Amino acid sequence: MVELWYALVAIAVCVYVVLDGFDLGAGALHLFVARTDAERRAVLEAIGPYWDGNEVWLLAIAGALFVAFPSVLAAAFSGMYLAMFLVLWALAFRGVSLELRGQSKNELWRALWDFVFCASSASLPVLFGLALGNLLRGFPLDPSGMVVLPLFVDFTPAPPTGLIDWYTLLVAVFALASLTLHGALFLASRTGGDLQKRCKRVATLALPVVLALWIACGAASGFVARLTLRPLAIVLLASAMAAFAAIFVMLRRERFGAAFVASSTFLASNLAGLAAASFPTLLRAVDDRASVTAYDAASSPHALGVGAVWFLFGLLAVGALFVRRYLRAT
Amino acid sequence: MGDALLWHRLQFAFTAVYHYVFPQLTMGLAPVLAWLRFRREEKLADFLTRIFAINFAFGVVTGLPMEFQFGTNWARFSASAGDIVGQTLAMEGMFAFFVESVFLGVLLWSKPTARQKLVAAVALWIGSWLSAFFIVDSHAFMEHPVGFARSGGKLVLADLGAVLTSFWAWVEVAHVLVAALVTGAFVLAALGAFYMLSKRHESEAKRLLGLGTTLGLVASFAVAFPTGDQQAKLVARHQEPALAAMEGRFESGSMAGITLIGQPNVPKRRLDNPIRVPGALSFLAYGTFHKNVRGLAEFPEDVWPENIELLYYSFHLMAGLGTLMIGIMGLAVLQRLRKRLERSRMLLWGLMIAFPLPYIANTAGWLTAELGRQPWVLYGLMRTRDAASPNVHSGDVLFTLIGFCGLYLLFGLVFVFLVGRQILAGPGAEEAHD
Repeated sequence: MVELWYALVAIAVCVYVVLDGFDLGAGALHLFVARTDAERRAVLEAIGPYWDGNEVWLLAIAGALFVAFPSVLAAAFSGMYLAMFLVLWALAFRGVSLELRGQSKNELWRALWDFVFCASSASLPVLFGLALGNLLRGFPLDPSGMVVLPLFVDFTPAPPTGLIDWYTLLVAVFALASLTLHGALFLASRTGGDLQKRCKRVATLALPVVLALWIACGAASGFVARLTLRPLAIVLLASAMAAFAAIFVMLRRERFGAAFVASSTFLASNLAGLAAASFPTLLRAVDDRASVTAYDAASSPHALGVGAVWFLFGLLAVGALFVRRYLRAT
Repeated sequence: MGDALLWHRLQFAFTAVYHYVFPQLTMGLAPVLAWLRFRREEKLADFLTRIFAINFAFGVVTGLPMEFQFGTNWARFSASAGDIVGQTLAMEGMFAFFVESVFLGVLLWSKPTARQKLVAAVALWIGSWLSAFFIVDSHAFMEHPVGFARSGGKLVLADLGAVLTSFWAWVEVAHVLVAALVTGAFVLAALGAFYMLSKRHESEAKRLLGLGTTLGLVASFAVAFPTGDQQAKLVARHQEPALAAMEGRFESGSMAGITLIGQPNVPKRRLDNPIRVPGALSFLAYGTFHKNVRGLAEFPEDVWPENIELLYYSFHLMAGLGTLMIGIMGLAVLQRLRKRLERSRMLLWGLMIAFPLPYIANTAGWLTAELGRQPWVLYGLMRTRDAASPNVHSGDVLFTLIGFCGLYLLFGLVFVFLVGRQILAGPGAEEAHD
């Protein structure tokens, strides 16, 4: 049951990153690829029907953690206190800017909210990347399982640890680059004309950058993170490599929809691979003996059992609803 | 001010009170919208949907921090009670939130047919009320914990069914939903009165006044009886010190009265300048005039609510405004039946400016519930001071509290601007959204 919940959390993370990833990436891009008001509207209309629903998967992650591993939720959220609120505020500004942009035809008004939308969309992948980097590097957990983590100390992954050091920053830049690519592919598949051409250009330029950062992150993780290379993780790594090659091929053939699917597979394989390589550790400590495993943090068997029933039911129902909406729109 | 607890509490209270401005209207309008769609009154429904959608968006944006603060600010509460409240809070995210955001997307971003609009309106109604149920159920567990067991310093889920069918939860959710309907009704009536007085959209104004006053009278009556009455009886049975503090009652005795006016003087342990209705409290709480209602003096001070004054005023503000609202709506319905409402400028003015009253009463009601539960975060099980995150210091919390103040000031201005524009444009206007 603990393994099932570990998998559910990992699945929720993958779905969230793949789905909200494209609208975050598209948001981060839209100042650069969409020049006229009509083009910007086209970007917003492409992601408009989805972003709200996509964001709800973030709640699903928090929900799954709350049901199954409440002490991990407590330690991680309070440990990354300031970063969590930056995430919340960026999400808030993002939602409001989408709502507000269309309320006036005034150019300055629209320019203001376009900028807010772009800045908040770009900051979220960075913050999520930082969080991922911290999970891989490990938290300075104290014996009570709590952690105090300032935003930064001396920018090295060695103690005293801060949220931002060169390693977590590298992961954050990778997150921003790969989601920008993801967003560019989504927009290319849903728009046309000059906008589509520019998205293709961005994607073509982003591709080598993402590859370089990916290799750098992998190499750095070899030193900083302690991962177990089990068979499943290796399979997923291979799947990520294949997916990356597929992005390259599909982009050259201008089959943007297929390239977007490949990019989704790339992101999901990476994350699932990390989850597989970290199991059973949920909250890694700088001192590995203090790490919290899924077994340590799990809720009572009854809570996991009844929780799994309705959570799985909900996941299937919602998943079906989402698949139907995305298929209908294509 | 090294005490982080104060800032944790202030931040949660501020963000919660602010958040609740929005969902009380969406929950109150949702069934009205479904009804209007069902009756094919599309013009009015489209107009109200625009106001609904703005409120909904702000509700989502301000609601997300509420869920996250359980982890960030109340880590010890989450770690020790997550086994139970994690279930209900996650259910809210899973079922209610998903349904709502998906169907709102349908309404706002596609060009739906009338039939799709009806389906979306019904889905939003179900979704928003389900949200209320799961949130209130989590809250009811904090007020009156059921269905749990203890295991090694943690609370564990023993019976999810008991948590979901807790009597306290059902009474509370009924009270909260009817109170939200009151807000919806007062807003409808105020819009109707505004258009009637401005001599614009007069046929819609009539309809809004009719809907608002009828729903307003029924709902504001139901807030008091049976839902509020049942809620108070539960407090009397399970939270005796809270009841005593709500009434500013320090000494025990039978024929306990209800205080209409008075100022609690906690250091002297008495109520200054009281005007009371004798026997009414005994009767309302226990059904007989002679029942002894225990005063605060009978309880050790460490189980007294910490802020007796604010608790007392919140409760009296809620009850006083509740009574006033029944009066206003009663008068309006009476005049409407006599076909005089639309010509009675005084009453229309009254309805137009009365819309803040239910917002204040709803807020005061939640303050009563929260302050009455103190000093407990989980009644009788865990104290509030043991619930906060031990690793987050006051510097961090004050930083985010100040951040919320600035952010929410901005949001408030934007909200008023957006809703104001829609109201000025009125029913039938082209949607400002492009």
